[in-house]
Amino acid sequence: MPAMADETLFQLLHTQVVAAAYGAGRGSGDEGLRAGLTVLEGMGFRVGQGLAERLPQGALAFREELDTIKFLCRDLWGAVFGKQTDNLRTNHQGTYILQDNNFPFLTQMAWGQQYLEEAPKFLAFTCGLLRGTLSSLGIESSVTASVTSLPACKFQVVIQKA
Amino acid sequence: MAVCIAVIAKENYPLYIRSIPAEQELKFHYTVHTSLDVVDEKVSAMGKALVDQRELYLGLLYPTEDYKVSLLSRLGIPCVKSMFPNQLHRYGYVTNSKVKFVMVVDSSNTALRDNEIRSMFRKLHNSYTDVMCNPFYNPGDRIHSRAFDNMVTSMMVQVC
Repeated sequence: MPAMADETLFQLLHTQVVAAAYGAGRGSGDEGLRAGLTVLEGMGFRVGQGLAERLPQGALAFREELDTIKFLCRDLWGAVFGKQTDNLRTNHQGTYILQDNNFPFLTQMAWGQQYLEEAPKFLAFTCGLLRGTLSSLGIESSVTASVTSLPACKFQVVIQKA
Repeated sequence: MAVCIAVIAKENYPLYIRSIPAEQELKFHYTVHTSLDVVDEKVSAMGKALVDQRELYLGLLYPTEDYKVSLLSRLGIPCVKSMFPNQLHRYGYVTNSKVKFVMVVDSSNTALRDNEIRSMFRKLHNSYTDVMCNPFYNPGDRIHSRAFDNMVTSMMVQVC
């Protein structure tokens, strides 16, 4: 089935996008690292805006914030990665933690502590993706990611209260 | 026949507005602007109502002077229609990203069925989604896409 290759294609493309963001000598040092992360996050943001238009099939089903976050965990993750997030936690004060124990961009890299410093580069795009989708659906937020042990990672979404 | 089609951004400024005949453009700009209040009212009313599925399609909007208005809500509240010649109907539609589509339709020739209006809005939404996904388009800019123009032209002519 042609649709099954979608996730693989996207993963391969993403790997190259990260490499390109740090290529041509841009990636040296802390400055370069931050610049690369910003570029990747910005890309993810724009993609998220487009996805927010395409994905919700039909009704305005998001009566509250939690519904929107659940939509991210189920439908967005399903469309982009072919699976759902494994865990969602919230403190009901506007902070949500989306946990994925088998994050597709990291499964090919390592299992455990190896390459831990390189991991953030591969999470920046997804952070932007989440932020862009939320922004398009009317929720301003800031998204950060953390990894303690590949390939599990956590995305923390903090909703900006006006 | 659709005489005016407008795409309004979340912040209530127009992303795209086109009307025929061209002389009446200012009047249609005004019409669409006043419709926005009605759209906002409907959207906030839907927010409070405990419905499981809220519709994107808002139906016929408010009536004023020479326009006919009827409310087609999801809960099936009956619509009161008064028949005047040369009636201009205004229809609204909101996307998940709070972008609104307003359509003004001249029903003097044929009474357009609700389904046809819905399908027109669906086409509009699909074209708008394509515009959104265009990497050369920055969200918030006016829409210059020729593909979008052509789709709107086909809607303004075909319904005659």
